[in-house]
Amino acid sequence: MSAADLRARFYAELDPALAAHPDAVLVLAVIGAGYVSETITRRPDQVVDVGIREQAMVGVAGGLALAGRRPIVHTFAPFLVERAYEQVKLDLGHQDVGALLVSAGASYDMSSAGRTHQAPADVALMAALPGWTVHVPGHGDEVAELLHREAGGAGRVYVRLSGQRNARPQPVDGRVHLVREGAASAPLVLAVGPMLDVVLAATGDLPVRVAHTGTPHPLDAAGLRELVGPTPRLAVVEPYLAGTSAAAVAAALADRPSRVRHVGVPRDAELRRYGTPRDHAAAHGLDAAGVRQQVTELLERPT
Amino acid sequence: MTTTRTVPVAVSDLVARVTGDEKHDPSAHSTLDVVWVLYDQVLRVFPDDPEHPERDRFLLSKGHGPASTYAVLAAKGFFPAAWLDDVASWYSPLGHHPDRTLVPGIEIGSGSLGHGLPIAVGMALGLRDRSRARVVVLVGDAELDEGSNAEAIAVAGRFGLDNLTCVVVDNHSDNLGWPGGIAARFALEGWQASDVGTHDHAALAAALRGTAPDRPTAVVVDVPGTDPEEGR
Repeated sequence: MSAADLRARFYAELDPALAAHPDAVLVLAVIGAGYVSETITRRPDQVVDVGIREQAMVGVAGGLALAGRRPIVHTFAPFLVERAYEQVKLDLGHQDVGALLVSAGASYDMSSAGRTHQAPADVALMAALPGWTVHVPGHGDEVAELLHREAGGAGRVYVRLSGQRNARPQPVDGRVHLVREGAASAPLVLAVGPMLDVVLAATGDLPVRVAHTGTPHPLDAAGLRELVGPTPRLAVVEPYLAGTSAAAVAAALADRPSRVRHVGVPRDAELRRYGTPRDHAAAHGLDAAGVRQQVTELLERPT
Repeated sequence: MTTTRTVPVAVSDLVARVTGDEKHDPSAHSTLDVVWVLYDQVLRVFPDDPEHPERDRFLLSKGHGPASTYAVLAAKGFFPAAWLDDVASWYSPLGHHPDRTLVPGIEIGSGSLGHGLPIAVGMALGLRDRSRARVVVLVGDAELDEGSNAEAIAVAGRFGLDNLTCVVVDNHSDNLGWPGGIAARFALEGWQASDVGTHDHAALAAALRGTAPDRPTAVVVDVPGTDPEEGR
């Protein structure tokens, strides 16, 4: 992991975050412990490693929150979101307590590990539960800002850390921001999180505007409505399950005739190949060439 | 505080208001003895200030049998007994599974089995250096089937959570049985574990009060007979 990696930055910021927020407790199920061994030694009262027990990991987090602490729960996305999903639903949501859940291994980051270590449905699943905010940072600075802010918060927050990242940080204010301007009538491509640089590269010579959000849930509906205008043509490019934001986008644009293309990891088939994340991005149409093709299709169809 | 050997008739009457039973048979409710003894003799709670930070926490993990707990909480003044007369109706805060956000004195929402003990472990971790409060969680013998309990039993034992007590109400409803006994499974994981009968309230109180300085406590309460509260 290079220092610019989102996951490396998360580990690097944990110690100062725990120092600044004495109620915060890091809850682990082995994954990540090797990267924060100094913190575990320095702050034994603020780190709980339950072993390879994800149900207990989330249940313990719920109990900590009920006792007034701020749990920061971290492991790979499939084990955090999918394996312990009922615990996330009941031990946090149903108890009406908060937690900061931080996953590593986004979508196909662990391409060579196979399907067992991939969870492209994570954002869709978290967004299906009441009261969660989902952040998809694309730069280490965003991770640092989110961690320091949310370690002292009280809400239910999911942060998806990915191997893919952008060259420059973007705001983490939950809003949709225009990144590349153009004619107000030009179609808009909304890049979510680390897809921004790919989208910028893919659409450099296309007559589109590009916007970004790092917070797909809840979606900044007002910001999106303002940017797309009265007859939207919109592509939403997400690095996880295709159409994850479709319901939120449809609700935001319900009052106007819209054509929307949702780009993401296809949901109809399991990709039974290993290889690199780059290989998987290409296979899913989430590299620059694939994104360009899908945006072009949106442009070519008559309005 | 008086020590009684049976659940007062007035409390059994409150249970009957929940269940609609005509006969007042405490043994029909596997958890009534232990919940009554906990609230009458063991737990430090504040009915007038249910969220007092120094309160002991009682977590009903076996949330599908809340009648006894509702009755005891009403008897102790956490909420009006009138609430017991329309349980699970649209306007009632009391349901067939309890919701902590709706009921004073209910510490967790429960119903899906196997959630209370892991939550109790986290609660005990969060409180242990900051409060003298105890965390007492009630599970059923059949509920122990859920693997999440095995995770939590191991974690609590390794962490030596001396402020945690797990009460296992054993009404012999588990389908596949626990060879070697339930208490032995806790003991192997480093818990102080004991067996006690449900009808001897003095022994029950003593077992529920007993803690060890360096380890969690398990009290397996034997409840003979079948239990109409059982089933999911």
